[in-house]
Amino acid sequence: MAHKFLPNSDVTITKTMLNKLGLTDAEQLYSDVPKDVTLKRPLDIPSALSEIELEKLLTQKLGRNKSYPEYLSFLGGGCWVHHIPSVVDEVLSRGEFYTAYTPYQPEISQGMLQAMFEYQSQICELTGMEASNSSMYDWGTALGEAGRMAQRVTHRNRILVARNASPERTAILKTYCIPAGMHVEIVDFDGVTGNLDLGFLASKMNDQVAAVYFENPNFLGIIEEFAVDIVEKAHACGALAIVGIDPATLGVMKPPGEYGADIVVGDGQPIGVYPNLGGPLIGIFATRMDPLLLRQMPGRLIGLTSEKADPSRQGFVMVLQTREQHIRREHATSNICTNEALFAVAVSIFLATMGPKGMKELGEHMIAKSHYAQQRMKEEGLEAPFFSGKYFGELSVRTKMDGAQLAKNLGEQGILGGLPLGRFYPDFEMVSLFSFNETHSKEDVDRLVSALKATTS
Amino acid sequence: MNDLSHPGRIGYSLPQIPEDLFTVVGDLSKLIPNSMTRSTDLKLPEMSEPEVLRHYVRLSQMNFAIDVGMYPLGSCTMKYNPKVSQRIARNPNIANLHPYQDEGTIQGILSILYDLEKMLCEITGMDAFSLQPAAGAQGEYVGTLIIRNYLKDQKLDQKDEVLVPDSAHGTNPASAAMAGFKVIKIPSSQAGIVSAETVRGLVSDRTAGMMLTVPNTLGIFESEIAQVTKIVHEAGGLMYYDGANMNALLGRVRPGDMGFDIVHLNVHKTFATPHGGGGPGAGPVGVISKLADYLPIPTISNSDGRYRLDYDKPRSIGPIKSFYGNTAVLLRAYCYILSLGGEGLKVASEQAVLASNYLLSLLDKEFYNPTIPRGIHAKHEFVVSSSPLKRKSGVLAGDVAKAILDQGMHAPTTYFPLIVNEGLMIEPTETETLESIEAYGDTLNSIARNSLVEKDRVISSPHNAAIGRLDEAKASHPNTIILSWKQVKSSQTN
Ligand SMILES: Cc1ncc(COP(=O)(O)O)c(C=O)c1O
Repeated sequence: MAHKFLPNSDVTITKTMLNKLGLTDAEQLYSDVPKDVTLKRPLDIPSALSEIELEKLLTQKLGRNKSYPEYLSFLGGGCWVHHIPSVVDEVLSRGEFYTAYTPYQPEISQGMLQAMFEYQSQICELTGMEASNSSMYDWGTALGEAGRMAQRVTHRNRILVARNASPERTAILKTYCIPAGMHVEIVDFDGVTGNLDLGFLASKMNDQVAAVYFENPNFLGIIEEFAVDIVEKAHACGALAIVGIDPATLGVMKPPGEYGADIVVGDGQPIGVYPNLGGPLIGIFATRMDPLLLRQMPGRLIGLTSEKADPSRQGFVMVLQTREQHIRREHATSNICTNEALFAVAVSIFLATMGPKGMKELGEHMIAKSHYAQQRMKEEGLEAPFFSGKYFGELSVRTKMDGAQLAKNLGEQGILGGLPLGRFYPDFEMVSLFSFNETHSKEDVDRLVSALKATTS
Repeated sequence: MNDLSHPGRIGYSLPQIPEDLFTVVGDLSKLIPNSMTRSTDLKLPEMSEPEVLRHYVRLSQMNFAIDVGMYPLGSCTMKYNPKVSQRIARNPNIANLHPYQDEGTIQGILSILYDLEKMLCEITGMDAFSLQPAAGAQGEYVGTLIIRNYLKDQKLDQKDEVLVPDSAHGTNPASAAMAGFKVIKIPSSQAGIVSAETVRGLVSDRTAGMMLTVPNTLGIFESEIAQVTKIVHEAGGLMYYDGANMNALLGRVRPGDMGFDIVHLNVHKTFATPHGGGGPGAGPVGVISKLADYLPIPTISNSDGRYRLDYDKPRSIGPIKSFYGNTAVLLRAYCYILSLGGEGLKVASEQAVLASNYLLSLLDKEFYNPTIPRGIHAKHEFVVSSSPLKRKSGVLAGDVAKAILDQGMHAPTTYFPLIVNEGLMIEPTETETLESIEAYGDTLNSIARNSLVEKDRVISSPHNAAIGRLDEAKASHPNTIILSWKQVKSSQTN
């Protein structure tokens, strides 16, 4: 058979090549493979589809999904539908970027390397940190790696995690840290405000704590007003402070580098990457410019250097590779190899289009819409916000209905959301989280409020 | 990019926040605690949309890729990335799906993922698959955690050693170590394989398992595999298959039939999903039935045509990444499998092996010494040592790689596997034409010949790239390392 992806599959070409090797049949290429491990039947996989058939089939299958913009979406909780500027799509569809491998040959990969360096630079500006790697798989794994890094840096085994950080990410942290002999311990939050319980935290601190992890805003949407105190408590015991962020908030919110974070993790998804059912995403990982931290950092780093022959010419290369698996093998700081490079480009383009003003406006949309929704819901007799702490773009609402049921009912009215908190916290079964941003018009919010009222009364 | 910034320019357009909305919520700055409000300027460049576009298009033009030319980077399977998959992946019914949507609204994609799991089971001879891992290395971490947890449940905690060949990819030992195992190195035999005899000498009651790549990173099929798996199994260990080289074997040899218990696949290699300049990829993991309960959560189940995400798996190693895996990548792999069909997959592998042997046959053995024993065919890739060239001219494998760049082609993988001196690992793949394969062979041979006459030109290459060789020592030195524009600026003002 000749196939359009396989230029030498035409029988005469195949024959020519085989003959040149002194062979008559492709079978002979496998003469060294023992017969007892060879598959003696064809694979039970349907025969090839043409492009037309394939697109029809996939369009039909995918058509069974419901999505934004056909549906309104108010879902958040670590992945968000945001607007993605057309320029991002345009550049990301360039084969020069998306069909390259890791830039092992810097001389012909300057484009990717520079884009990743721009990404690192922009993440540093946004987070207030000094050294960002060029990506991890996602926020959850970035956190897992941060936990292990804290152990290597401090030689301690306890890691304290806020209960109001994403429970899914906390579970991933456990999958990464428990095999390293670490203990992941939960620090409760104040059930009224939704803020981390500082007294609880203080009671857990001692000289065995490697790191304290909290998110800001936290998973409940609440801003940790006293982040400085959390960081200070960690530092007072010689522990690292790991802060999780949503980068879309950082045009308005204080960057964690300015309140003492040692490691910042997060997801770049909300600033330039489609949700894609939650993957692929792009994990943010940034630290201070401290040699001890840099040496223990996971993932690829891109650095600026100069040409050997002509030092006046600048160029980009992968740096500190002696931390990585291909050189250090079982002693590497992480096993990560393939990362999410293409989305570092996406995030970089997103931030280039937004600039400081755009990032501020983006944050303002989130604040304005979530607070508008809160006022409207309150007018309609809904319990919003459920948590009394200050919130950014995500609003907690308690209704008389189980959150999962509520989401189903809203789905029937063409609305996706909110996120049922009962899924993660059995004690908040009736509380849902609704997320707001630049994609929502005032009318969209009004429609949500009416639908909520109709469903719950 | 900072040089392009011009204060006042903007490259975005967001809707106006309606005035009457402000009358409801009041002054936004009062809604955010002062302590958590940004007080320093966000120093991002200010650019208009045309400038942003041109900047990144210019960067893309300084980047080599499979869409530009031949990219026979060994171990990476740089085959053509079908464009139809790209178009399908742009469908808003995948791109805009949110992971926390109600299951009823994502039945289409769940059915695709479920079918893909079944197809991967058929391709590998495994009984259950998880599509969760984000890349091959994460698949390895999942696999070694499964070994660890399974043995613990069997009350075999003393088993703390994982055998890994010296030819293995660095992620193998790194992953095993992350899962808490001691890594025992298996020396490769003279014939470049893991011999049963060597393995017999290394196993003990501490053996938890072995990680093996087949064909191995020398492109050689592990012909003693049946005996090797038997020895490891008899010692109570599990066999882990690194599927990075599955592109040699589709439809012909299945890891399950060789005796492997756990498998990862690199869909960004074997199943033609684009590598994105470093990622994203996906590294699905398959297991035999006795290990199925250990797969990461959630798993996808199907009853009466309704698909569900299952979290209630007490034996699972837990979740390993946010949400459900790199769905948009997996969708492309699904499209690729359907585009080729069962028979086409087998042809693709055959063609990959044919291309690799054909290219090997073209190389001048006076300069490039094959690591594969005579009489055996390489699989989808091969490794040559350019030691003869080095002896004759002083030119290194790394120099050859740089000289290739000048010819509009990508270099092979160099200095891997670590056991070959002056190694060049070459994987042309099945999607290169006979003509481009011949051109590549000619290029390697003429570089070798040129090395004898104009060595200086070869060792100072590339000459036609965006930039010449870079000072990597300076780049990584603690005193000169530069990781951001911010750092450049602050060093200039100091
Ligand atoms: C043999 C081998 N094993 C494992 C890996 C790791 O896979 P990934 O880069 O997807 O993490 C690679 C690829 O880099 C490889 O070539």
